[in-house]
Amino acid sequence: MKNLNLELYKSLSLIRKSEETIIAYYHEDEMKTPMHMSMGEEAIAVGVCSALDKNDQVFGTYRSHAIFLAKTQDTDSFFSEMYGKETSLLRGKGGSMHLCAPEKGFMGTSAIVASAISVAVGAAFANKVINNQKIVAVFFGDGAVDEGTFWESLNVACLMKVPVLFVCEDNGFAVHTPKHHRQGYNSIAEVVSKFNCNVLKSDSTDVEVIYNLTLEAVKLIRKTQSPCFLDLKYYRYLEHVGVNEDFDAGYRQKDEFKKWFQLDPIKIQREKLISSGVSLDIVERAEKELDDRICLSLKKAKQAGFADKNEIYKEVYHA
Amino acid sequence: MRKISYCEALREATFQEMERDKSVFVYGIGVPDHKNIFGTTTGLMEKFGSSRCFDTPLAEDTMVGFGLGAAINGLKPIHIHIRVDFLLLAMNQLSNMVSSCRYTSAGTLKVPFVIRAVIGRGWGQGCQHSKSMHSVFAHIPGLKVVMPTTPKDAKGLLIAAIRDNNPILFIEHRWLYWQEAEVPEESFTVPIGKSNILLKGKDISVVATSWMNVEALKAAKILKKRGIELEIIDPRTISPLDDQPIMDSVNKTGYCIVADNDWLNCGFSAEVAARVSEKCFGKLKAPVERIGFTWTPCPTARHLENEFYPNAVDIIRSAEKLLKLSPTDLSQEEFYSHEKRFKGPF
Repeated sequence: MKNLNLELYKSLSLIRKSEETIIAYYHEDEMKTPMHMSMGEEAIAVGVCSALDKNDQVFGTYRSHAIFLAKTQDTDSFFSEMYGKETSLLRGKGGSMHLCAPEKGFMGTSAIVASAISVAVGAAFANKVINNQKIVAVFFGDGAVDEGTFWESLNVACLMKVPVLFVCEDNGFAVHTPKHHRQGYNSIAEVVSKFNCNVLKSDSTDVEVIYNLTLEAVKLIRKTQSPCFLDLKYYRYLEHVGVNEDFDAGYRQKDEFKKWFQLDPIKIQREKLISSGVSLDIVERAEKELDDRICLSLKKAKQAGFADKNEIYKEVYHA
Repeated sequence: MRKISYCEALREATFQEMERDKSVFVYGIGVPDHKNIFGTTTGLMEKFGSSRCFDTPLAEDTMVGFGLGAAINGLKPIHIHIRVDFLLLAMNQLSNMVSSCRYTSAGTLKVPFVIRAVIGRGWGQGCQHSKSMHSVFAHIPGLKVVMPTTPKDAKGLLIAAIRDNNPILFIEHRWLYWQEAEVPEESFTVPIGKSNILLKGKDISVVATSWMNVEALKAAKILKKRGIELEIIDPRTISPLDDQPIMDSVNKTGYCIVADNDWLNCGFSAEVAARVSEKCFGKLKAPVERIGFTWTPCPTARHLENEFYPNAVDIIRSAEKLLKLSPTDLSQEEFYSHEKRFKGPF
């Protein structure tokens, strides 16, 4: 039997290492796509996606590197998409903000805040009608909660009792605007709990905690035939868009980051493995395998060609 | 053949498709209520149950997104909006999500999604119950825009739309609902993206949309008395536009009037005029004439409303202008008016 915590660690590391690779190569200006980096939120992505069934479905946002990799584990597709190459699933029509791999349950993302939430509710409705037992998880930030369609979607999901998991990745900022400049209430979870909705919350960066919380959420969805809202917290390590820090911009303090970084999800999961008796050798071997895999995916992506220019006209309509 | 109304044709098409394919469902604000969207959804809930025919919260944008999600997961939603003006709340989903879903998934997702929107005119409806908006939807790649005029086209195009794996805006004029014509009882399709010659003629080509075809037919009848023949082309699908029959007609007549149920500015009439000037430049004997709403929001008082909406008289006057004819005496003619079609209140 696989060691769950080791698997979770590998998934976390895959994401972190993939994004570190983006940072290392972004200056070459070959990945011509705006990067909204996931660094800091890996525990949420991995915890939720690992607890879901392989056939369950996920929707995300423009900040979806982490959930894409957590759900698909597909670094080849990931890097070829960043480079816009013909070997990518989307052949130059996706990029960092529009990752999509429906055959692996990664249904798509939206770069318009909150716009995928209602789509996820409709997808969950279809699953309920078809009776295929699939759960849909939709990820969004605390900024999305400001949008009317979040509340409309929540209302519809509760009213129609659809099997959807709302995953609020609360980092406290919408771009650079803090919550207290945007929200006329103190607790999202508290307001949501007034709906006929299950609500679970955690501010942990421990992937195992998120994993178990998600298992509980799925159980609740099945038992109550109603949606569940996960209120989760994380700290965005990098700027809103781009691969750099932005603590000099003045809207947030580096001390805050330092506090959260003490509890960095990759770091604490690694420490947990070692202290639980997994040998350093096993951990390092796993890390080496990930490095090699990412290195190969990057190489393949860089070497691949671009799709023919006629690709632009393809798939506007279903023929 | 039996005759049914446009309204009944829409209902019958939906009924037959729901019977044929259990993935089809109908939803929207007021869909199963006692008014049944002017009768176009009557009996659907009773026959197919409330899981396939249901009311929704007042959340247009969210419910369009909901339809998109259902469509990509294998269902075939029909979402109905009793006024196109209400559908404008969903422009985010339409223009950012629904239209581009197939493209940004490189064809891995398909979106069989029909969005019915009712347009109309008259009786003090005012600026928020009177728009048409087909040009706005047609501006966006990935959406198809269908506007049937006849009861037969209403049925055949709706069935085709339900079976199409693309998102389709299906725009219906209220004043057409009471029109009756022969419509086959059995299920059939009318191809999306095919224009129709509604009336053959040799002198002037008239491209008309939706209700304006009724006005064009009236104008043709009156002008015929003077020996002038209009050829009326009903595109039926606004996007993608099948413009070949328009070009063939204009190349034959040398004259073109576009009578659109919409504003002119940046609209469908401008698109047709541009294409005609590109493709029939040497054959045109005069500039393309365009007829549409006045460049104002829609007023409510009747005499102002009459100014706002184009009609058969405008088409006749345009034809006379193109052919340099003296004005026809219309004092003995009867034209369609609100009272002739429908008396309020609702």
